Amino acid sequence: MSILIITFYLFSLSAIAGGLMTVISRNPVHSVLWLILAFLSSAGLFVLLGAEFLAMLLIIVYVGAVAVLFLFVVMMLDVDFSTLKAEMAGYLPIALLIGVVLVMQLGMAFGVWSYAETALGAREVLANSQHHNTKALGLILYDRYFILFQLSGLILLVAMIGAIVLTLRHRKNVKRQNILSQIYRDPDKSVEIRDVKPGQGL
Amino acid sequence: MIGIEHYLTTASILFVIGIFGLFLNRKNVIILLMSIELMLLAVNINLVAFSSYLGDLVGQIFTLFILTVAAAEAAIGLAIIVSFFRNRGTIAVEDVNMMKG
Repeated sequence: MSILIITFYLFSLSAIAGGLMTVISRNPVHSVLWLILAFLSSAGLFVLLGAEFLAMLLIIVYVGAVAVLFLFVVMMLDVDFSTLKAEMAGYLPIALLIGVVLVMQLGMAFGVWSYAETALGAREVLANSQHHNTKALGLILYDRYFILFQLSGLILLVAMIGAIVLTLRHRKNVKRQNILSQIYRDPDKSVEIRDVKPGQGL
Repeated sequence: MIGIEHYLTTASILFVIGIFGLFLNRKNVIILLMSIELMLLAVNINLVAFSSYLGDLVGQIFTLFILTVAAAEAAIGLAIIVSFFRNRGTIAVEDVNMMKG
């Protein structure tokens, strides 16, 4: 029992520390690395909650794809981040004010928080222990939420096309291979056989 | 078993850190996107915690869709940043005024 609590506090504290350092770190590359720490710790929290599939998904999709995308962009853009960070101190008071106000509001909400009486009756799909987490999720996802599943695939397709359209550019003064002209080239017109007389040349 | 309030507290602290980052990094769009990712992560922790404690798997399905949309949003946002940087040579938010909005 106590190992569970220790693990929870370890993951929770490292997630919060990762999030905080993401925000206040001076170097954007360090920010991305702290963000990866926050994602990994949250994956640990998901495992503690019994959502193993989502934990693995978080590691694969977020750490493997999104964070690496962030790293690529941070390293590709040649931005002088020191000047961007220089004015960070000016925004610190208002950011702290809003943060403290939000924390107090959420704390007040936690003070009077309780389940609704109909909460247990409003459950859609009860988790049972017959299947493990991944299989149970798949049974629901491909059955009851199939339209939403297809639509999320469509969202990803639109995002992919949008990202390509936004970043693709054709440079003007670059010589490119013209495949069609190569295919339609006629060997009879491009090669000529000459009979070279000795001592005379062409 | 740890109470659900512990998970909710962790998630709300992460969410507030995300908002804090939005206000702190007014210049740097990349950190703004990372703050939005942090806030979405906090929401996901909330959903999975309730899903686990109520025994209802729909919360995890919803988290799956949020992950999908967040990945798409990050890709589009970073593409916009790259093309904006190519045109203007800066990623400061205050310089984004081409449309006079």
